[in-house]
Amino acid sequence: MPSQEEIYQKVSATLIEALNVDEEEIKPTATLQGDLGAESIDFLDIVFRLEREFGIKIPRGELFPESIFQGDPEFVQNGKVTDKGLAELRTRMPFADLKKFEQNPDLTGISDLFTVEMITKYIQGKLGN
Amino acid sequence: MRWLWIDRFLEFKRGQSARAVKNLSLAEDLFADHFPGYPVMPAALMLEGLAQTGGILVGEARDFREKVVLAKIVSARFEREALAGETLVYDVNILTLRDEGASVQGRVHAFPGGTAIPQELPAQSLGEAEIFFAHLDQARSQQLFGDHNFVFSGELKHMLGLAKLTAEQTTSDGRPPLA
Repeated sequence: MPSQEEIYQKVSATLIEALNVDEEEIKPTATLQGDLGAESIDFLDIVFRLEREFGIKIPRGELFPESIFQGDPEFVQNGKVTDKGLAELRTRMPFADLKKFEQNPDLTGISDLFTVEMITKYIQGKLGN
Repeated sequence: MRWLWIDRFLEFKRGQSARAVKNLSLAEDLFADHFPGYPVMPAALMLEGLAQTGGILVGEARDFREKVVLAKIVSARFEREALAGETLVYDVNILTLRDEGASVQGRVHAFPGGTAIPQELPAQSLGEAEIFFAHLDQARSQQLFGDHNFVFSGELKHMLGLAKLTAEQTTSDGRPPLA
């Protein structure tokens, strides 16, 4: 199994190609949408590339869940993710770092969970299994 | 002007690859304006030719049930424009095909009109591109556009008929039996 550093390097190369960004822009905490300018269609492109690059299958919605809460008031109230919603996030995205998000669980901040590091951890988990 | 930028398929391997040709005549409408006295086909239209070849390849793989839309040109590189009298050969391979969409790698080669197209194309191409197609989400697209598949309709239908014919005729080694 490749080391975390090797996975990170491959993930970086994948993002550089898919998003046409410079190597300097890639860092572990860089968010795909905010920092790297990814649009919705890019997420699909990234999934395809990661599958080819690592020889894995990424089921639809596993790495980038499309609609976790579906407007369910148990999960979201007044634009904030509830404790139950956070628990759901932890289950659906165990590879995401939720520490910062938990401090201010504003629904609009969800996209910041999608970082270079998150993808690296996801791949690591995939290859480990 | 009809928005068809391939003339016919030479090869069609379902779900894998397709090869189409486009013969460029000086009578093409585009040459009147691009440019007067200097007739060249712009790279953007060669991209369209690759996208039509690839789009039909991707559409046929799911029996034209999906609305295949060009979502992203991931990368493209062209050495030069194409000239009237040349035959363009579009070679497209599917890289990934999934429920949500597909990505293809395409290459364009140019030959002087009338030359036989070799099975093995030279390594040096006129241009190449990676193209990404999305299958417009069934549920959402039905709300927006209804059941009618607006992608594979009208002018493209005739081309699709030819593509299917080529697919049926293409033998296991990829060559049409009548070629």
